[in-house]
Amino acid sequence: MQFGIFTVSDVTTDPTNDTTPTEHERIKALVTIARKAEEVGLDVFALGEHHNEPFVSSSPTTTLAYIAAQTENLLLSTSTTLITTNDPVKIAEDFAMLQHLADGRVDVMMGRGNTGPVYPWFGKDIRDGIPLAIENYALLHKLWREHTVDWQGKYRTPLQGFTSTPRPLDDVPPFVWHGSIRSPEIAEQAAYYGDGFFANNIFWPKEHYMKLIGYYRQRFEHYGHGTAEQAIVGLGGQAFMRAKSQDAVNEFRPYFDNAPVYGHGPSLEDFTEQTPLTVGSPQQVIDRYASMRDFFGDYQRQLFLMDHAGLPLKTVLEQLDILGEEVVPVLRREFAKNRPATVPDGPTHASLVAQRAATSSVQPIDASNARSSDQLVPSVHDGRLDSTEAN
Amino acid sequence: MAKKLVVVSAGLGQPSSTRLLADRLTTSVVDRLRENGSEVEVTVIELRELAHDVTNNLLTGFASPKLQDALDALAEADGLIAVSPIFTSSYSGLFKSFVDIIDTQALTDLPVLIAATGGTERHSLALDYAMRPLFSYLHAVVVPTAVYAASSDWGSDSGLVERIGRAAGELAALVRDSDRSAQVRDPFALPAGFSPF
Repeated sequence: MQFGIFTVSDVTTDPTNDTTPTEHERIKALVTIARKAEEVGLDVFALGEHHNEPFVSSSPTTTLAYIAAQTENLLLSTSTTLITTNDPVKIAEDFAMLQHLADGRVDVMMGRGNTGPVYPWFGKDIRDGIPLAIENYALLHKLWREHTVDWQGKYRTPLQGFTSTPRPLDDVPPFVWHGSIRSPEIAEQAAYYGDGFFANNIFWPKEHYMKLIGYYRQRFEHYGHGTAEQAIVGLGGQAFMRAKSQDAVNEFRPYFDNAPVYGHGPSLEDFTEQTPLTVGSPQQVIDRYASMRDFFGDYQRQLFLMDHAGLPLKTVLEQLDILGEEVVPVLRREFAKNRPATVPDGPTHASLVAQRAATSSVQPIDASNARSSDQLVPSVHDGRLDSTEAN
Repeated sequence: MAKKLVVVSAGLGQPSSTRLLADRLTTSVVDRLRENGSEVEVTVIELRELAHDVTNNLLTGFASPKLQDALDALAEADGLIAVSPIFTSSYSGLFKSFVDIIDTQALTDLPVLIAATGGTERHSLALDYAMRPLFSYLHAVVVPTAVYAASSDWGSDSGLVERIGRAAGELAALVRDSDRSAQVRDPFALPAGFSPF
Protein backbone atom coordinates (compact mmCIF):
# COMPACT_ATOMS: atom_id res chain seq x y z
CA MET A 1 0.00 0.00 0.00
CA GLN A 2 1.39 3.37 -1.03
CA PHE A 3 0.65 6.61 0.80
CA GLY A 4 1.38 10.06 -0.46
CA ILE A 5 0.14 13.51 -1.26
CA PHE A 6 -1.21 15.19 -4.35
CA THR A 7 -1.37 18.87 -5.10
CA VAL A 8 -3.25 21.03 -7.56
CA SER A 9 -0.70 23.86 -7.22
CA ASP A 10 -3.21 26.62 -6.57
CA VAL A 11 -2.04 30.10 -5.62
CA THR A 12 -4.72 31.12 -3.14
CA THR A 13 -4.92 34.05 -0.74
CA ASP A 14 -4.65 33.06 2.91
CA PRO A 15 -8.04 34.26 4.18
CA THR A 16 -6.76 34.69 7.74
CA ASN A 17 -4.21 37.39 6.89
CA ASP A 18 -5.06 38.34 3.31
CA THR A 19 -1.61 37.48 1.98
CA THR A 20 -1.01 35.72 -1.32
CA PRO A 21 2.21 33.89 -2.16
CA THR A 22 3.97 34.87 -5.37
CA GLU A 23 4.18 32.25 -8.09
CA HIS A 24 7.86 31.90 -7.30
CA GLU A 25 7.13 31.29 -3.61
CA ARG A 26 4.44 28.75 -4.44
CA ILE A 27 6.65 26.87 -6.89
CA LYS A 28 9.47 26.68 -4.36
CA ALA A 29 6.94 25.65 -1.70
CA LEU A 30 5.86 22.71 -3.90
CA VAL A 31 9.44 21.47 -3.92
CA THR A 32 9.77 21.92 -0.17
CA ILE A 33 6.50 20.02 0.33
CA ALA A 34 7.70 17.14 -1.88
CA ARG A 35 10.99 16.89 0.03
CA LYS A 36 9.07 16.93 3.29
CA ALA A 37 6.87 14.10 2.00
CA GLU A 38 9.96 11.95 1.57
CA GLU A 39 11.40 13.04 4.92
CA VAL A 40 8.28 11.97 6.84
CA GLY A 41 8.19 8.58 5.11
CA LEU A 42 5.49 9.05 2.51
CA ASP A 43 5.79 7.08 -0.74
CA VAL A 44 4.28 9.30 -3.43
CA PHE A 45 4.20 12.93 -4.50
CA ALA A 46 1.79 13.75 -7.33
CA LEU A 47 1.58 17.10 -9.06
CA GLY A 48 -1.30 18.51 -11.10
CA GLU A 49 -1.17 20.18 -14.50
CA HIS A 50 -3.02 23.38 -15.26
CA HIS A 51 -2.80 26.06 -17.91
CA ASN A 52 -4.70 28.82 -16.21
CA GLU A 53 -4.45 31.01 -13.14
CA PRO A 54 -4.50 30.62 -10.16
CA PHE A 55 -2.45 27.45 -10.76
CA VAL A 56 1.32 27.42 -11.26
CA SER A 57 1.99 23.87 -12.38
CA SER A 58 1.96 23.98 -16.17
CA SER A 59 5.12 21.85 -16.58
CA PRO A 60 5.00 18.89 -14.21
CA THR A 61 7.91 16.89 -15.67
CA THR A 62 10.27 19.85 -15.22
CA THR A 63 9.20 20.21 -11.61
CA LEU A 64 9.26 16.49 -10.92
CA ALA A 65 12.75 16.12 -12.41
CA TYR A 66 13.98 18.86 -10.09
CA ILE A 67 12.36 17.07 -7.14
CA ALA A 68 13.79 13.74 -8.29
CA ALA A 69 17.26 15.21 -8.07
CA GLN A 70 16.67 16.12 -4.43
CA THR A 71 15.03 12.92 -3.22
CA GLU A 72 16.02 9.27 -2.94
CA ASN A 73 12.91 7.15 -2.61
CA LEU A 74 9.90 9.28 -3.35
CA LEU A 75 7.76 8.03 -6.23
CA LEU A 76 6.85 10.95 -8.48
CA SER A 77 3.49 11.06 -10.17
CA THR A 78 0.93 13.46 -11.59
CA SER A 79 -2.60 14.47 -10.65
CA THR A 80 -3.31 14.67 -13.49
CA THR A 81 -1.53 14.81 -16.87
CA LEU A 82 -3.86 16.15 -19.53
CA ILE A 83 -4.24 13.36 -22.04
CA THR A 84 -6.75 15.46 -23.97
CA THR A 85 -4.86 18.64 -24.80
CA ASN A 86 -1.26 17.43 -24.67
CA ASP A 87 0.33 15.75 -27.64
CA PRO A 88 0.67 12.07 -26.70
CA VAL A 89 4.03 12.00 -28.47
CA LYS A 90 5.34 14.69 -26.13
CA ILE A 91 3.89 12.91 -23.09
CA ALA A 92 5.68 9.71 -24.18
CA GLU A 93 8.98 11.56 -24.53
CA ASP A 94 8.73 13.74 -21.42
CA PHE A 95 7.82 10.94 -19.05
CA ALA A 96 10.31 8.46 -20.47
CA MET A 97 12.99 11.13 -19.99
CA LEU A 98 11.82 11.76 -16.43
CA GLN A 99 11.75 8.03 -15.78
CA HIS A 100 15.44 7.72 -16.73
CA LEU A 101 16.50 10.75 -14.71
CA ALA A 102 14.57 9.53 -11.66
CA ASP A 103 15.83 5.93 -12.01
CA GLY A 104 12.30 4.64 -12.46
CA ARG A 105 10.64 6.51 -9.58
CA VAL A 106 7.90 7.75 -11.90
CA ASP A 107 4.36 6.97 -12.83
CA VAL A 108 1.65 9.08 -14.37
CA MET A 109 -2.05 9.71 -13.95
CA MET A 110 -4.09 10.59 -17.02
CA GLY A 111 -6.92 13.06 -16.72
CA ARG A 112 -9.06 15.17 -18.98
CA GLY A 113 -8.80 18.48 -17.14
CA ASN A 114 -11.75 20.54 -16.06
CA THR A 115 -11.36 24.04 -17.42
CA GLY A 116 -13.28 24.58 -20.64
CA PRO A 117 -11.14 27.25 -22.34
CA VAL A 118 -7.98 25.13 -22.05
CA TYR A 119 -9.28 22.98 -24.88
CA PRO A 120 -9.55 25.77 -27.46
CA TRP A 121 -6.30 27.32 -26.21
CA PHE A 122 -4.62 24.08 -27.26
CA GLY A 123 -6.60 23.76 -30.46
CA LYS A 124 -9.07 21.17 -29.19
CA ASP A 125 -12.82 20.96 -28.60
CA ILE A 126 -14.07 20.07 -25.12
CA ARG A 127 -16.90 18.05 -26.66
CA ASP A 128 -14.21 15.66 -27.90
CA GLY A 129 -12.89 15.16 -24.34
CA ILE A 130 -13.57 11.43 -24.08
CA PRO A 131 -12.60 10.51 -27.67
CA LEU A 132 -9.38 12.54 -27.25
CA ALA A 133 -8.57 10.74 -24.00
CA ILE A 134 -9.13 7.39 -25.69
CA GLU A 135 -7.29 8.00 -28.96
CA ASN A 136 -4.36 9.88 -27.42
CA TYR A 137 -3.82 7.22 -24.81
CA ALA A 138 -3.98 4.44 -27.39
CA LEU A 139 -1.10 6.18 -29.20
CA LEU A 140 0.88 6.82 -26.01
CA HIS A 141 0.49 3.16 -25.03
CA LYS A 142 1.83 2.09 -28.42
CA LEU A 143 4.74 4.57 -28.42
CA TRP A 144 6.02 3.17 -25.13
CA ARG A 145 5.73 -0.45 -26.25
CA GLU A 146 6.68 -0.49 -29.92
CA HIS A 147 10.01 0.79 -31.17
CA THR A 148 8.95 1.97 -34.59
CA VAL A 149 5.45 3.27 -34.86
CA ASP A 150 3.21 3.83 -37.87
CA TRP A 151 0.03 5.44 -36.73
CA GLN A 152 -2.96 7.35 -37.98
CA GLY A 153 -5.81 8.78 -35.95
CA LYS A 154 -8.36 11.52 -35.96
CA TYR A 155 -6.81 14.14 -33.71
CA ARG A 156 -3.13 14.33 -34.57
CA THR A 157 -0.75 14.29 -37.52
CA PRO A 158 -0.09 10.70 -38.68
CA LEU A 159 3.24 9.07 -37.87
CA GLN A 160 5.36 6.98 -40.20
CA GLY A 161 8.45 5.24 -38.85
CA PHE A 162 8.50 7.25 -35.66
CA THR A 163 10.45 6.21 -32.58
CA SER A 164 9.75 7.96 -29.31
CA THR A 165 13.02 8.63 -27.49
CA PRO A 166 14.33 7.89 -24.98
CA ARG A 167 12.87 4.42 -24.82
CA PRO A 168 11.29 3.67 -21.43
CA LEU A 169 13.78 2.66 -18.73
CA ASP A 170 14.50 -1.10 -18.96
CA ASP A 171 11.87 -1.11 -21.71
CA VAL A 172 9.20 -0.96 -19.01
CA PRO A 173 6.87 2.02 -19.44
CA PRO A 174 5.84 4.10 -16.43
CA PHE A 175 2.75 2.68 -14.74
CA VAL A 176 -0.38 4.55 -15.77
CA TRP A 177 -3.35 5.52 -13.64
CA HIS A 178 -6.52 6.94 -15.14
CA GLY A 179 -8.21 9.54 -13.01
CA SER A 180 -11.89 10.26 -13.27
CA ILE A 181 -14.58 11.97 -11.30
CA ARG A 182 -17.62 10.74 -13.14
CA SER A 183 -16.98 9.08 -16.49
CA PRO A 184 -17.54 5.33 -16.80
CA GLU A 185 -15.73 5.46 -20.16
CA ILE A 186 -12.48 6.22 -18.31
CA ALA A 187 -13.06 3.38 -15.84
CA GLU A 188 -13.65 1.16 -18.88
CA GLN A 189 -10.43 2.40 -20.49
CA ALA A 190 -8.38 1.72 -17.34
CA ALA A 191 -9.90 -1.76 -17.11
CA TYR A 192 -9.27 -2.51 -20.79
CA TYR A 193 -5.53 -1.83 -20.49
CA GLY A 194 -5.18 -3.32 -17.02
CA ASP A 195 -4.00 0.10 -15.83
CA GLY A 196 -4.77 1.67 -12.46
CA PHE A 197 -7.91 3.65 -11.74
CA PHE A 198 -7.74 6.63 -9.42
CA ALA A 199 -10.90 8.09 -7.93
CA ASN A 200 -10.41 11.67 -6.84
CA ASN A 201 -12.89 10.98 -4.06
CA ILE A 202 -12.50 14.34 -2.32
CA PHE A 203 -15.24 16.50 -3.66
CA TRP A 204 -18.15 14.09 -3.78
CA PRO A 205 -19.77 11.51 -1.52
CA LYS A 206 -18.05 8.14 -1.43
CA GLU A 207 -21.17 6.30 -2.65
CA HIS A 208 -20.57 7.76 -6.10
CA TYR A 209 -16.99 6.49 -6.21
CA MET A 210 -17.94 3.12 -4.76
CA LYS A 211 -20.08 2.53 -7.82
CA LEU A 212 -17.41 3.76 -10.24
CA ILE A 213 -14.65 1.66 -8.64
CA GLY A 214 -16.92 -1.37 -8.43
CA TYR A 215 -17.53 -1.01 -12.15
CA TYR A 216 -13.79 -0.68 -12.89
CA ARG A 217 -12.99 -3.79 -10.84
CA GLN A 218 -15.65 -5.81 -12.63
CA ARG A 219 -14.41 -4.70 -16.08
CA PHE A 220 -10.75 -5.32 -15.09
CA GLU A 221 -11.67 -8.95 -14.46
CA HIS A 222 -13.75 -9.07 -17.64
CA TYR A 223 -10.72 -8.07 -19.73
CA GLY A 224 -8.68 -10.86 -18.21
CA HIS A 225 -6.11 -8.93 -16.18
CA GLY A 226 -6.89 -10.73 -12.93
CA THR A 227 -9.72 -10.93 -10.45
CA ALA A 228 -11.77 -7.87 -9.53
CA GLU A 229 -10.01 -7.66 -6.17
CA GLN A 230 -6.65 -7.53 -7.98
CA ALA A 231 -7.54 -4.38 -9.92
CA ILE A 232 -5.27 -1.42 -9.13
CA VAL A 233 -7.20 1.26 -7.26
CA GLY A 234 -6.10 4.63 -5.93
CA LEU A 235 -8.10 7.08 -3.86
CA GLY A 236 -7.83 10.73 -3.03
CA GLY A 237 -8.35 12.04 0.48
CA GLN A 238 -8.21 15.23 2.43
CA ALA A 239 -7.47 15.97 6.07
CA PHE A 240 -6.55 18.70 8.52
CA MET A 241 -5.29 17.67 11.92
CA ARG A 242 -4.35 19.03 15.31
CA ALA A 243 -3.82 17.15 18.57
CA LYS A 244 -7.15 18.46 19.78
CA SER A 245 -10.03 18.00 17.41
CA GLN A 246 -11.61 21.38 18.11
CA ASP A 247 -8.31 23.17 17.43
CA ALA A 248 -8.23 21.57 13.98
CA VAL A 249 -11.80 22.68 13.24
CA ASN A 250 -11.20 26.25 14.42
CA GLU A 251 -7.97 26.63 12.49
CA PHE A 252 -9.21 25.06 9.26
CA ARG A 253 -12.66 26.66 9.13
CA PRO A 254 -11.65 29.98 7.50
CA TYR A 255 -9.70 28.08 4.83
CA PHE A 256 -12.64 25.79 4.21
CA ASP A 257 -15.17 28.63 4.14
CA ASN A 258 -13.17 30.49 1.49
CA ALA A 259 -11.72 27.57 -0.47
CA PRO A 260 -11.99 27.95 -4.25
CA VAL A 261 -13.85 24.70 -4.81
CA TYR A 262 -16.38 24.47 -2.00
CA GLY A 263 -16.11 27.79 -0.17
CA HIS A 264 -19.27 29.76 0.55
CA GLY A 265 -21.27 26.59 -0.01
CA PRO A 266 -21.94 23.78 2.46
CA SER A 267 -20.89 24.06 6.08
CA LEU A 268 -17.64 22.39 7.16
CA GLU A 269 -19.75 20.00 9.24
CA ASP A 270 -21.95 18.94 6.28
CA PHE A 271 -19.00 18.62 3.94
CA THR A 272 -16.97 16.47 6.32
CA GLU A 273 -19.98 14.25 6.84
CA GLN A 274 -20.75 13.91 3.13
CA THR A 275 -17.20 13.62 1.71
CA PRO A 276 -13.94 12.04 2.96
CA LEU A 277 -12.61 15.42 4.19
CA THR A 278 -11.69 14.84 7.82
CA VAL A 279 -10.89 17.70 10.17
CA GLY A 280 -9.94 16.69 13.66
CA SER A 281 -7.42 14.65 15.63
CA PRO A 282 -4.96 12.26 13.96
CA GLN A 283 -6.99 9.41 15.45
CA GLN A 284 -10.13 10.62 13.67
CA VAL A 285 -8.26 10.66 10.38
CA ILE A 286 -6.93 7.16 11.04
CA ASP A 287 -10.42 5.88 11.82
CA ARG A 288 -11.96 7.49 8.73
CA TYR A 289 -9.35 6.28 6.27
CA ALA A 290 -8.89 2.83 7.79
CA SER A 291 -12.56 2.30 6.96
CA MET A 292 -12.09 3.11 3.25
CA ARG A 293 -11.24 -0.49 2.38
CA ASP A 294 -14.65 -1.51 3.73
CA PHE A 295 -16.24 0.60 1.01
CA PHE A 296 -13.78 0.27 -1.89
CA GLY A 297 -12.04 -3.06 -1.25
CA ASP A 298 -8.30 -3.44 -0.60
CA TYR A 299 -6.52 -0.85 -2.66
CA GLN A 300 -3.05 0.22 -3.66
CA ARG A 301 -2.62 3.95 -3.25
CA GLN A 302 -3.98 6.62 -0.93
CA LEU A 303 -3.11 10.22 -1.72
CA PHE A 304 -4.01 13.19 0.47
CA LEU A 305 -4.59 16.78 -0.62
CA MET A 306 -2.82 18.83 2.05
CA ASP A 307 -1.61 22.12 0.59
CA HIS A 308 -4.50 24.01 -0.96
CA ALA A 309 -6.91 26.84 -0.13
CA GLY A 310 -4.21 29.26 0.96
CA LEU A 311 -2.81 27.23 3.85
CA PRO A 312 0.63 28.67 4.70
CA LEU A 313 3.68 26.51 3.95
CA LYS A 314 4.55 26.26 7.63
CA THR A 315 1.13 24.78 8.39
CA VAL A 316 1.34 22.37 5.46
CA LEU A 317 4.70 21.10 6.68
CA GLU A 318 3.28 20.61 10.19
CA GLN A 319 0.39 18.68 8.65
CA LEU A 320 2.84 16.46 6.78
CA ASP A 321 4.69 15.76 10.02
CA ILE A 322 1.46 14.59 11.62
CA LEU A 323 0.45 12.62 8.53
CA GLY A 324 3.81 10.89 8.15
CA GLU A 325 4.57 10.28 11.80
CA GLU A 326 1.21 9.65 13.44
CA VAL A 327 -1.31 8.67 10.78
CA VAL A 328 0.31 6.74 7.95
CA PRO A 329 2.29 4.25 10.10
CA VAL A 330 -0.97 3.22 11.79
CA LEU A 331 -2.83 3.08 8.48
CA ARG A 332 -0.09 0.85 7.03
CA ARG A 333 -0.65 -1.62 9.86
CA GLU A 334 -4.44 -1.39 9.55
CA PHE A 335 -4.40 -1.92 5.78
CA ALA A 336 -2.04 -4.88 6.12
CA LYS A 337 -4.46 -6.70 8.42
CA ASN A 338 -6.36 -9.45 6.60
CA ARG A 339 -5.21 -8.19 3.24
CA PRO A 340 -5.38 -11.19 0.90
CA ALA A 341 -1.95 -12.23 -0.39
CA THR A 342 -3.37 -12.21 -3.91
CA VAL A 343 -4.03 -8.46 -3.81
CA PRO A 344 -1.03 -6.73 -5.37
CA ASP A 345 0.88 -3.85 -3.78
CA GLY A 346 1.04 -0.47 -5.43
CA PRO A 347 3.05 -0.83 -8.65
CA THR A 348 6.63 0.45 -8.81
CA HIS A 349 9.25 0.29 -11.54
CA ALA A 350 10.93 -2.60 -9.71
CA SER A 351 7.67 -4.53 -9.41
CA LEU A 352 6.87 -3.99 -13.11
CA VAL A 353 10.35 -5.17 -14.13
CA ALA A 354 9.93 -8.25 -11.93
CA GLN A 355 6.46 -8.86 -13.32
CA ARG A 356 7.73 -8.75 -16.88
CA ALA A 357 10.58 -11.13 -16.05
CA ALA A 358 8.10 -13.54 -14.48
CA THR A 359 5.73 -13.40 -17.45
CA SER A 360 8.40 -13.84 -20.10
CA SER A 361 10.09 -16.79 -18.35
CA VAL A 362 6.87 -18.79 -18.14
CA GLN A 363 6.27 -20.59 -21.42
CA PRO A 364 2.70 -21.73 -21.83
CA ILE A 365 2.46 -25.47 -22.41
CA ASP A 366 -0.35 -25.15 -24.89
CA ALA A 367 -0.21 -21.91 -26.80
CA SER A 368 -3.82 -22.14 -27.84
CA ASN A 369 -4.90 -21.96 -24.19
CA ALA A 370 -2.56 -19.16 -23.25
CA ARG A 371 -4.23 -16.16 -21.74
CA SER A 372 -2.38 -12.91 -21.68
CA SER A 373 -3.26 -9.35 -22.47
CA ASP A 374 -1.37 -9.60 -25.78
CA GLN A 375 -3.93 -12.06 -26.99
CA LEU A 376 -7.00 -10.05 -26.31
CA VAL A 377 -8.64 -9.19 -29.54
CA PRO A 378 -11.03 -6.33 -29.11
CA SER A 379 -14.33 -6.26 -30.84
CA VAL A 380 -17.33 -4.09 -30.32
CA HIS A 381 -20.72 -5.49 -29.39
CA ASP A 382 -23.63 -3.22 -28.67
CA GLY A 383 -21.34 -0.23 -28.51
CA ARG A 384 -19.35 -1.82 -25.73
CA LEU A 385 -15.96 -3.35 -26.13
CA ASP A 386 -15.69 -7.05 -25.59
CA SER A 387 -12.66 -9.27 -25.72
CA THR A 388 -12.39 -12.70 -27.10
CA GLU A 389 -9.34 -14.88 -26.99
CA ALA A 390 -7.47 -15.41 -30.19
CA ASN A 391 -6.94 -18.96 -31.15
CA MET B 1 -47.18 -1.56 -9.39
CA ALA B 2 -48.11 1.88 -8.11
CA LYS B 3 -47.51 4.83 -10.41
CA LYS B 4 -45.10 7.40 -9.04
CA LEU B 5 -46.26 10.99 -9.04
CA VAL B 6 -43.81 13.73 -7.99
CA VAL B 7 -44.89 17.23 -7.04
CA VAL B 8 -42.40 20.11 -7.03
CA SER B 9 -43.58 23.22 -5.25
CA ALA B 10 -41.35 26.29 -5.38
CA GLY B 11 -43.39 28.56 -3.12
CA LEU B 12 -41.41 30.55 -0.62
CA GLY B 13 -44.09 31.42 1.92
CA GLN B 14 -45.16 29.05 4.67
CA PRO B 15 -47.96 28.31 3.89
CA SER B 16 -47.80 29.33 0.24
CA SER B 17 -50.45 29.70 -2.42
CA THR B 18 -48.08 27.79 -4.72
CA ARG B 19 -48.31 24.78 -2.42
CA LEU B 20 -52.06 25.29 -2.20
CA LEU B 21 -52.33 25.08 -5.99
CA ALA B 22 -49.94 22.10 -6.07
CA ASP B 23 -52.11 20.27 -3.56
CA ARG B 24 -55.31 20.96 -5.52
CA LEU B 25 -53.69 19.64 -8.70
CA THR B 26 -52.30 16.60 -6.90
CA THR B 27 -55.65 15.66 -5.41
CA SER B 28 -57.29 16.01 -8.78
CA VAL B 29 -54.69 13.84 -10.58
CA VAL B 30 -54.67 11.19 -7.85
CA ASP B 31 -58.49 11.00 -7.84
CA ARG B 32 -58.56 10.45 -11.59
CA LEU B 33 -55.91 7.74 -11.46
CA ARG B 34 -57.65 5.91 -8.61
CA GLU B 35 -61.03 6.13 -10.33
CA ASN B 36 -59.45 4.20 -13.16
CA GLY B 37 -57.97 1.64 -10.85
CA SER B 38 -54.34 2.84 -10.81
CA GLU B 39 -52.44 2.82 -7.55
CA VAL B 40 -50.43 6.00 -7.08
CA GLU B 41 -47.61 7.00 -4.77
CA VAL B 42 -47.07 10.75 -4.27
CA THR B 43 -43.76 12.43 -3.35
CA VAL B 44 -43.91 16.15 -2.62
CA ILE B 45 -40.71 18.16 -2.99
CA GLU B 46 -40.89 21.51 -1.21
CA LEU B 47 -38.01 23.48 -2.67
CA ARG B 48 -37.97 25.89 0.27
CA GLU B 49 -36.73 23.04 2.45
CA LEU B 50 -33.99 22.26 -0.07
CA ALA B 51 -32.91 25.83 -0.83
CA HIS B 52 -29.51 25.57 0.91
CA ASP B 53 -28.84 22.14 -0.57
CA VAL B 54 -29.67 23.45 -4.04
CA THR B 55 -27.20 26.32 -3.67
CA ASN B 56 -24.55 23.99 -2.26
CA ASN B 57 -25.02 21.63 -5.18
CA LEU B 58 -24.53 24.52 -7.61
CA LEU B 59 -21.23 25.32 -5.87
CA THR B 60 -19.84 21.84 -5.18
CA GLY B 61 -21.39 19.74 -7.93
CA PHE B 62 -22.89 17.12 -5.62
CA ALA B 63 -26.23 16.71 -3.88
CA SER B 64 -26.79 16.29 -0.16
CA PRO B 65 -28.56 13.02 0.70
CA LYS B 66 -31.90 14.86 1.05
CA LEU B 67 -31.53 16.57 -2.32
CA GLN B 68 -30.34 13.33 -3.92
CA ASP B 69 -33.54 11.64 -2.76
CA ALA B 70 -35.52 14.35 -4.57
CA LEU B 71 -33.47 13.95 -7.76
CA ASP B 72 -33.82 10.17 -7.65
CA ALA B 73 -37.60 10.50 -7.22
CA LEU B 74 -37.77 12.66 -10.35
CA ALA B 75 -35.64 10.29 -12.39
CA GLU B 76 -38.04 7.42 -11.80
CA ALA B 77 -41.32 9.34 -11.75
CA ASP B 78 -44.28 8.55 -14.00
CA GLY B 79 -45.57 12.09 -13.73
CA LEU B 80 -44.57 15.50 -12.43
CA ILE B 81 -46.62 18.43 -11.23
CA ALA B 82 -44.31 21.47 -11.28
CA VAL B 83 -45.57 24.65 -9.65
CA SER B 84 -43.63 27.89 -9.29
CA PRO B 85 -44.52 31.42 -8.32
CA ILE B 86 -43.97 33.89 -11.15
CA PHE B 87 -41.33 36.44 -10.18
CA THR B 88 -40.17 39.24 -12.45
CA SER B 89 -41.75 37.77 -15.57
CA SER B 90 -40.67 34.13 -15.10
CA TYR B 91 -40.43 31.10 -12.78
CA SER B 92 -38.61 31.80 -9.53
CA GLY B 93 -34.83 31.68 -9.27
CA LEU B 94 -35.02 28.83 -6.78
CA PHE B 95 -37.14 26.81 -9.19
CA LYS B 96 -34.66 27.32 -12.02
CA SER B 97 -31.67 26.57 -9.77
CA PHE B 98 -33.30 23.26 -8.87
CA VAL B 99 -33.99 22.43 -12.51
CA ASP B 100 -30.37 23.30 -13.36
CA ILE B 101 -29.21 20.54 -11.03
CA ILE B 102 -31.33 17.83 -12.61
CA ASP B 103 -29.39 15.62 -14.98
CA THR B 104 -30.30 16.67 -18.52
CA GLN B 105 -31.40 13.10 -19.38
CA ALA B 106 -33.35 12.49 -16.18
CA LEU B 107 -36.69 13.92 -17.31
CA THR B 108 -36.81 12.41 -20.80
CA ASP B 109 -40.38 11.26 -21.62
CA LEU B 110 -41.67 12.42 -18.24
CA PRO B 111 -45.30 13.66 -18.38
CA VAL B 112 -45.41 17.11 -16.75
CA LEU B 113 -48.21 19.39 -15.67
CA ILE B 114 -46.93 22.96 -15.35
CA ALA B 115 -48.62 25.46 -13.07
CA ALA B 116 -47.85 28.82 -11.50
CA THR B 117 -49.12 31.40 -9.08
CA GLY B 118 -48.87 35.17 -9.20
CA GLY B 119 -50.27 38.37 -7.83
CA THR B 120 -52.25 39.25 -10.93
CA GLU B 121 -53.47 37.32 -13.95
CA ARG B 122 -51.32 39.50 -16.23
CA HIS B 123 -48.38 37.08 -15.81
CA SER B 124 -50.18 33.91 -16.84
CA LEU B 125 -48.39 33.54 -20.18
CA ALA B 126 -45.08 33.05 -18.35
CA LEU B 127 -46.16 29.43 -18.16
CA ASP B 128 -46.16 29.16 -21.94
CA TYR B 129 -43.16 31.26 -22.85
CA ALA B 130 -40.87 30.24 -19.96
CA MET B 131 -41.88 27.07 -18.18
CA ARG B 132 -43.10 25.07 -21.17
CA PRO B 133 -39.89 25.50 -23.23
CA LEU B 134 -37.80 24.70 -20.16
CA PHE B 135 -39.36 21.25 -19.92
CA SER B 136 -39.44 20.81 -23.69
CA TYR B 137 -35.68 21.33 -23.69
CA LEU B 138 -35.39 18.48 -21.18
CA HIS B 139 -37.46 16.21 -23.47
CA ALA B 140 -40.31 16.02 -20.98
CA VAL B 141 -43.88 15.78 -22.30
CA VAL B 142 -45.80 18.84 -21.13
CA VAL B 143 -49.59 18.52 -21.13
CA PRO B 144 -51.45 21.14 -23.20
CA THR B 145 -53.28 22.76 -20.30
CA ALA B 146 -51.11 24.85 -17.97
CA VAL B 147 -52.74 26.16 -14.81
CA TYR B 148 -52.18 29.68 -13.58
CA ALA B 149 -53.74 30.94 -10.35
CA ALA B 150 -53.68 34.65 -9.54
CA SER B 151 -54.59 35.87 -6.06
CA SER B 152 -58.07 36.78 -7.27
CA ASP B 153 -58.72 33.20 -8.48
CA TRP B 154 -58.88 32.01 -4.89
CA GLY B 155 -61.95 34.20 -4.23
CA SER B 156 -64.01 34.15 -7.40
CA ASP B 157 -65.51 31.75 -9.84
CA SER B 158 -62.92 32.27 -12.55
CA GLY B 159 -62.82 28.76 -13.90
CA LEU B 160 -59.76 27.68 -11.85
CA VAL B 161 -61.47 24.50 -10.74
CA GLU B 162 -62.31 23.60 -14.34
CA ARG B 163 -58.74 24.32 -15.48
CA ILE B 164 -57.36 22.16 -12.70
CA GLY B 165 -59.71 19.37 -13.71
CA ARG B 166 -58.83 19.55 -17.38
CA ALA B 167 -55.05 19.64 -16.75
CA ALA B 168 -55.31 16.82 -14.21
CA GLY B 169 -57.18 14.68 -16.72
CA GLU B 170 -54.49 15.26 -19.32
CA LEU B 171 -51.68 14.36 -16.91
CA ALA B 172 -53.47 11.32 -15.46
CA ALA B 173 -53.92 9.86 -18.95
CA LEU B 174 -50.16 10.05 -19.61
CA VAL B 175 -49.18 8.82 -16.14
CA ARG B 176 -51.30 5.72 -16.62
CA ASP B 177 -49.32 4.81 -19.74
CA SER B 178 -45.91 5.70 -18.35
CA ASP B 179 -43.46 2.89 -17.59
CA ARG B 180 -40.70 5.19 -16.34
CA SER B 181 -40.92 3.94 -12.75
CA ALA B 182 -40.53 0.35 -13.96
CA GLN B 183 -37.46 1.00 -16.11
CA VAL B 184 -34.05 -0.20 -15.00
CA ARG B 185 -31.41 2.50 -15.31
CA ASP B 186 -27.77 1.62 -15.90
CA PRO B 187 -25.62 4.26 -14.25
CA PHE B 188 -22.68 3.02 -16.32
CA ALA B 189 -24.31 3.11 -19.70
CA LEU B 190 -21.67 4.34 -22.12
CA PRO B 191 -23.66 6.66 -24.38
CA ALA B 192 -20.87 6.94 -26.92
CA GLY B 193 -19.81 3.33 -26.48
CA PHE B 194 -16.16 2.49 -25.90
CA SER B 195 -13.59 1.51 -28.44
CA PRO B 196 -9.96 1.72 -27.37
CA PHE B 197 -8.70 3.02 -30.69
